[in-house]
Amino acid sequence: MSENVTLTINGISVTVPSDATIIEAAFKAGVRIPTLCYLKDLNAIGACRICLVEVAGARGFQAACVAPVADGMVVNTNTPALRNSRKGTLELILSNHRSDCLSCPKNTECELQSLCYEYDVDMYKYGNTDPEPDIDDSAVHLIRDNSKCILCRRCTAACEKNQHVSVIGLSQRGYDTHIGSAFEMPLSETSCVHCGQCIVVCPTGALTERDDTDKVWAALDDPTKHVVIAPAPSVRAQLGECFGMPIGTNVEGKLAAALRRLGFDNVFDVDTAADLTILEEGTELLHRVKEGGPFPLITSCSPGWIKFCEYYFPEFVPNLSSCKSPQQMFGALTKSYFAEKIEKDPKDIFVVSVMPCTAKKFEITRDHQSANGVPDIDVSITTRELASMIKRAGIMFDKLEDEKFDDVFGIASGAGHIFGATGGVMEAALRTVVEIVTEQKPESLEFTDVRGVEAIKEAEYDLNGLVVKVAVTSGLENAYKLLNMIKNGEKEYHFVEIMACPGGCVNGGGQPTQSGFVRSTIDLRAERAKALYNEDIGMELRTSHENPTIKELYETYLEEPGSHRAHELLHTEYMTREIYK
Amino acid sequence: MKTIQTVPFTGTKEQEQQLLAWLDDHADEDGIALQSLQMTQQIYGYIPKEAMITIATVTGIPLSELYGITTFYSQFRLFPIGEYKISVCLGTACYVKGTQAVLDKLISTLGVEEGETTPDGKFSLETCRCIGACGLAPVITINDDVYGRLTANEVERILANY
Repeated sequence: MSENVTLTINGISVTVPSDATIIEAAFKAGVRIPTLCYLKDLNAIGACRICLVEVAGARGFQAACVAPVADGMVVNTNTPALRNSRKGTLELILSNHRSDCLSCPKNTECELQSLCYEYDVDMYKYGNTDPEPDIDDSAVHLIRDNSKCILCRRCTAACEKNQHVSVIGLSQRGYDTHIGSAFEMPLSETSCVHCGQCIVVCPTGALTERDDTDKVWAALDDPTKHVVIAPAPSVRAQLGECFGMPIGTNVEGKLAAALRRLGFDNVFDVDTAADLTILEEGTELLHRVKEGGPFPLITSCSPGWIKFCEYYFPEFVPNLSSCKSPQQMFGALTKSYFAEKIEKDPKDIFVVSVMPCTAKKFEITRDHQSANGVPDIDVSITTRELASMIKRAGIMFDKLEDEKFDDVFGIASGAGHIFGATGGVMEAALRTVVEIVTEQKPESLEFTDVRGVEAIKEAEYDLNGLVVKVAVTSGLENAYKLLNMIKNGEKEYHFVEIMACPGGCVNGGGQPTQSGFVRSTIDLRAERAKALYNEDIGMELRTSHENPTIKELYETYLEEPGSHRAHELLHTEYMTREIYK
Repeated sequence: MKTIQTVPFTGTKEQEQQLLAWLDDHADEDGIALQSLQMTQQIYGYIPKEAMITIATVTGIPLSELYGITTFYSQFRLFPIGEYKISVCLGTACYVKGTQAVLDKLISTLGVEEGETTPDGKFSLETCRCIGACGLAPVITINDDVYGRLTANEVERILANY
């Protein structure tokens, strides 16, 4: 345990642990020190020189994100010299930053832009010296423009420390320093898993998702297409942030209404397919229990995790659930079951998914994801892209009356909703599996052991003598640690849930932009997940197998979980990949 | 986006064994990234991509990090020295006499950037600071041959000698 120390920041006395940094103490004291590179628990390297502060008795300014606190320290963050220094640093950053703000995808959400505004910066202090665009658009999910990069290194930290992928790093030095892959390989040739965690931490427009909204507009304008859209569980918990609503606001009703106003012929819910995933995956788990393995069964909803497994743990590929993700199950059924219902050729149905995720843009291109001879999903857009469509269409989102999703795939259980948070798939599965095995409802439907944001969560359940050991993790660095423990025999489980992004989909690579300050002062993962758990607890229908839509689907079309038809439509295959080609 | 072209790899089994043996002895030590790159350059004369992948695979150090270190320090070469090493003097006298135009012409004629080697391994292009022949400025050397009072127009004719 570290001792506490007391220091003064701008005259405010604050007590913090002795191993804290000045910026942590300042945030606690209610003083915002501006920064462009700092991210709590991820990136504290003093690179951007914006967080400089004055410490009484110290020589020169100190970088608050790396300078440790001391007892009796007197810190000032807002002096004429500091304001002048920050302004000068910002003007230097702008001197080789391509400032096409008006057409930049990050316009109004850019941390550099808002700081320049705060500090009354002269954009052309050194003349109009914008560099030429320096673009890597090789990857299916993102665009990198190094002419907007300020070398804060948040992206490389997220890639390395949170995700254990490290496909981007800092190359060259001095004026030539840039973010890139080894041997300047395009990102598409590296072992990038498309998680998009680099995008959500980027303070500028250097990293943005590939914008696929034009394809959606084109489909909506095409009278020959029956255009269907469905959002993932976590989208309703985050979309409100794009319209100024507090973090953790559930906007499910407004979301359905907005999608209808955009002109989609049907507005469905991927959560229904999440319930279906539970039935298929639960059946797969029980089958493996009967057959004696292979254990652990590992969830397959997160395409970033799947690709990571194929690259870094090929020996665990047989452990992956053969179930498609809810997105793909939804698409496959829309182009078969639903197509038959409305008597349309699957080729004339255009399916759009709204995802918290950039890896979904990759998933739709995978092999074995075209059940009915056409791609299950035509376009996958992120929460951010949907927000931009809603804005462009002139829809006053906050004024919308709540509406419901359309009937065929419109009803979902609370179990389906919580898919969007780490532990949610596990909890949803347990609710169903426990009831199937014990033939009675569990005492409580809340499996709280698997909730929360700890790195690795474990639990053990005794189902009438059948002991089921489970583990849940999120963030690929945590997955790397967990899988190595399983590999060397330290741990044994029957069922493991892995999501690529830290905290699960609520913190996905396609979720609304939040500044480094918000990310450093609020646990986004927990706050956003609350919206999903609050929705679940208020519901009558909380288990997947009780969902009437799912029951009808099996009775009239799929026969039973794991049936031949279910396998054809709802299951897929994986491959192994080499990290370095 | 900047791209770099690599020279076809001609490393031998013996060289690979030597690198693997060294890695085997040192893989558990802290901070071996820099040392392993120095050892690679000692073995191969430069840092081939193939050898860097070997280091990454054996040690778990990401390829992007090894590349970052290699490109940070000027002691490391990503290209073997060509059969003919062209050195363009960018010292003060040569520079004011217009050596930049000669360098630009060499870059466009050879199709490689400064520090790189042509894919056929014939020419490597480097710059240096003053070789003490300021009276002949602007100057380039190709191995031991010295060419002075150059203009960009003469570049192609000179290269044709090799």
